[in-house]
Amino acid sequence: MSGGVDSAVAAARAVDAGHDVTGVHLALARNPQTYRTGARGCCTLEDSRDARRAADVIGIPFYVWDMADRFHHDVVEDFVAEYAAGRTPNPCVRCNEKIKFAALLDRALALGFDAVVTGHHARLDEAGRLRRSVDPAKDQSYVLAVLTAQQLAHALFPLGDSTKAQVRAEAARRGLAVADKPDSHDICFIADGDTRGFLRQRLGAAPGDIVDATTGAVLGQHDGAYAYTVGQRRGLRLEHPAPDGARRYVLSITPVNNTVTVGPGDALDMSTVYGDRPVWTRADGTVRGEVQLRAHGEATPATVDVSSGQLRAELDQPVRGVAAGQAIVVYQPDPGGDIVLGSATITRAAA
Amino acid sequence: MAYLDHAATTPMLPEALDAYLATARVAGNASSLHADGRRARRLVEEARERIGAALGARPSEVIFTGGGTESDNLAVKGVFWARRAGPAGRRRVVASSVEHHAVMDGVVWLGEHEGAELTWLPVDRTGRVEVEALRAELSAHGDDVALVTTMWANNEVGTVQPVAELAALAAEHGVPYHTDAVQAVGQVPVDFAGSGAAALTVTGHKLGGPVGVGALLLSRDVAATPLLHGGGQERDVRSGTLDVPGIVAFGVAVEAAVKTQQEHASRLAALRDELVARVQAAVPEAVLNGAPPGAGRLPGNAHFGFPGCEGDALLLLLDAQGIACSTGSACSAGVAQPSHVLLAMGADEAEARSSLRLTLGHTSTSADIDALIAALPGAVGRARRAGKR
Repeated sequence: MSGGVDSAVAAARAVDAGHDVTGVHLALARNPQTYRTGARGCCTLEDSRDARRAADVIGIPFYVWDMADRFHHDVVEDFVAEYAAGRTPNPCVRCNEKIKFAALLDRALALGFDAVVTGHHARLDEAGRLRRSVDPAKDQSYVLAVLTAQQLAHALFPLGDSTKAQVRAEAARRGLAVADKPDSHDICFIADGDTRGFLRQRLGAAPGDIVDATTGAVLGQHDGAYAYTVGQRRGLRLEHPAPDGARRYVLSITPVNNTVTVGPGDALDMSTVYGDRPVWTRADGTVRGEVQLRAHGEATPATVDVSSGQLRAELDQPVRGVAAGQAIVVYQPDPGGDIVLGSATITRAAA
Repeated sequence: MAYLDHAATTPMLPEALDAYLATARVAGNASSLHADGRRARRLVEEARERIGAALGARPSEVIFTGGGTESDNLAVKGVFWARRAGPAGRRRVVASSVEHHAVMDGVVWLGEHEGAELTWLPVDRTGRVEVEALRAELSAHGDDVALVTTMWANNEVGTVQPVAELAALAAEHGVPYHTDAVQAVGQVPVDFAGSGAAALTVTGHKLGGPVGVGALLLSRDVAATPLLHGGGQERDVRSGTLDVPGIVAFGVAVEAAVKTQQEHASRLAALRDELVARVQAAVPEAVLNGAPPGAGRLPGNAHFGFPGCEGDALLLLLDAQGIACSTGSACSAGVAQPSHVLLAMGADEAEARSSLRLTLGHTSTSADIDALIAALPGAVGRARRAGKR
C-alpha cells in the first residue's frame, strides 16, 4: 500500500472478495536527513501515514516493511548502471520484477500469505494470463509483463476491470481519504523529478563529444552521455543547425568513448527490435501480435520470433526512437483485454 | 487475545479510572482564585502529596508534566542549560548508552545544537551500566559535567541499573544525577530521597494511570531552565494549565502501584519465570537477553532473541493470532531499527533485529502465556523461513 488511491481500493476489494488481507507499506528510500543513523522514511512519511489510515478504514492490519537496501541495490543502482551503460531503464519494471513480486512476495509466502495484491491497472484472467486494463490511459500491463507465470500465480490485481475514475469514485464511497490524492508520475526515488541532476550527482560530470552521425564531425560537448536518451531532441545545445536546417535527434549513446551521436529524425525509424532475457508465455517460435516499446507508448503490429533466449520483432511499420534498456512487450489483441504474450529487454534496433 | 506489551502501556487501574472520570465531570482551573479553582487546586495538591509520599519526595519536589518524554527533556535540557549558565559554565552531559530515546535524543540534540560535550557510558552484556566508567569519567571531567543521566531500569531488556552507586558517584563530584524511572515505579522499590538522585522521571500510563501525565521529581536545590514558558504553574519550571483529572488519577495510580509493589512484583516475577521457561521449552534456541531474573531485572520483563528470525516478522505473525508484543523499539515511520540497547550490549545487527520483548502487567495471567506458547513455535518456524530469504 503505497499511500495512493489504487492500492487502497485494491486492498478493500481483496477484503470484500473474502481474503484475509494484511496491508504492507514498503519503506524504500534511505533518508539521510533523518537524525537516527540508518533511519528510513518511506517515499515520504506522509505516504506511509496515508496508507496506514486507509488500512484502518478498511479494517486490516498494517505494517511497514523495510526494503530500502534491496530497493537501493536492485532498482536504484541498476537504474544508474543502466544509464551509465548508455541504456534507458524503466525502474518500475525492475521494482516489480525484483521487489514487489520477488523480495516482498518471497517474504510474504514464507510468512504464510498466499499472494501479493497490488493496485496495478491490469487484469489477470482465469487462465492466469496478464491482460491490459479496461482503462487504456492507465493500463500498467507494460510494467508487469516481466513477471513470470510463477510470480503471476501469486499476484492479484483487483483493479483491472475498472477505470481510474471508477476507482476514485469507489474510494470516495468507501470513505478513503486518498480518493482525491493526485497520481504519482515521477520516479519515486527522484523526488524533484530531475533525472539528469540525479544522474550527474551519482555519476559525476563526464564531458564528451556530440558527434554528427553522417559526417563524424564534432558538433558540440555534453557533460555526461548518460544524461541523454535515444530520440531526444531538446537540450542538445548545438551551436550550428544542420546544413539542411532539419532538427537533430540523439541517435545513439556510446559509453565506451562517451559519445552522443546525433542525426536526422528519420534515422531513428526502426523496423527491427532485438531483446534479450525474454519472459515468454509460450513455446519458442514466431507469432503475430502487437508490440509496445515504452510505457504509455502506442502498440504496433509486428511479427515476433523468440528462440534461444533472444527476441526479435519485425515491425509492420517503422517506429521512431527505440531506446535500449526499455522493455518490449508483446500483446495478442483481444476484445477481453489484450493478452500479454511476453516481454524482453531491448538491446538494439535496426532500420 | 493476549496483551504482552505492558511496558509500552498498561491498562488503567480501575480506581484510577474512577478517579479520572469523577474529576473530569467537575470543572475547575487549579490556578483560578474562585471556589471552583480552589477545589481543583486542592485535588492537585493532594495528588502531589500522595505522589511525594509514595516515592520519597517532598511535595514541592513534584513537578507535574505531560509525561515521561517531557520530564526527561526537562531534566536533561533544563538542568544542562541552568548549569551551563552557572559560573563554571559546565557543558558536558554523561548518559548511559541504553537510554530511552526520550533521554538519548535530547542528549544528542544538546550535542548538536547547544555545544554540549557528550559521554556515553558503556554497559555490560546484560545491559547494566559500568559504574567504573562513570567513576573514571568524573575523575577526568568532573569539573565540567553538567549532569549525569541513566535510567533506573531499561525499557527493552528490563535490566535494573545500579542507581544508588551511580548517584553516589555523581554526588561526590557535586553533579546532579537524573534517572528515568518510568519502567521502574511499581515494579521495583523506588525512593527518590533514598536514591540520591537530583531528578527522577515518572509517568502515569506505565503504572496504571492515564497517558499524558507524569512528573519530574526535582530537588529544590537543582535549577532547571524551563522548556515551556507561560504561567509558571509548576514551580516556575513548567507552564501550562494543570490537567486536574489526569493528575488526580495519576496520584491514585502511583499510590496504588507503590503500595502493592511487593506483591505485584512477586506475582509478575513468578508469571515471567513461567513465561521464560515455557518459551525456552517451546523454542530451545531462544536466548533470554538482559539481566538474569532476580533483583537485577524488572519482574514483568522477558526479552528474547530468536536466532534466524526477524522480530518484525514474529510480531506480525503473533499479532495475527491476537498476541500483542513488541520488538522493543518503535519508530515513527513504523520501520524497526536495530535496537541501540542491544547493540550497546554487544549484539550484532542481526541479533538485535531478531529480538522480541514480552512484558507483563497487572492484567496478565497464565492464559496469556498459554496463548503465546500455542502460537510461538509456528510463528518462529515461519519467521525463520522468511529470514532465510
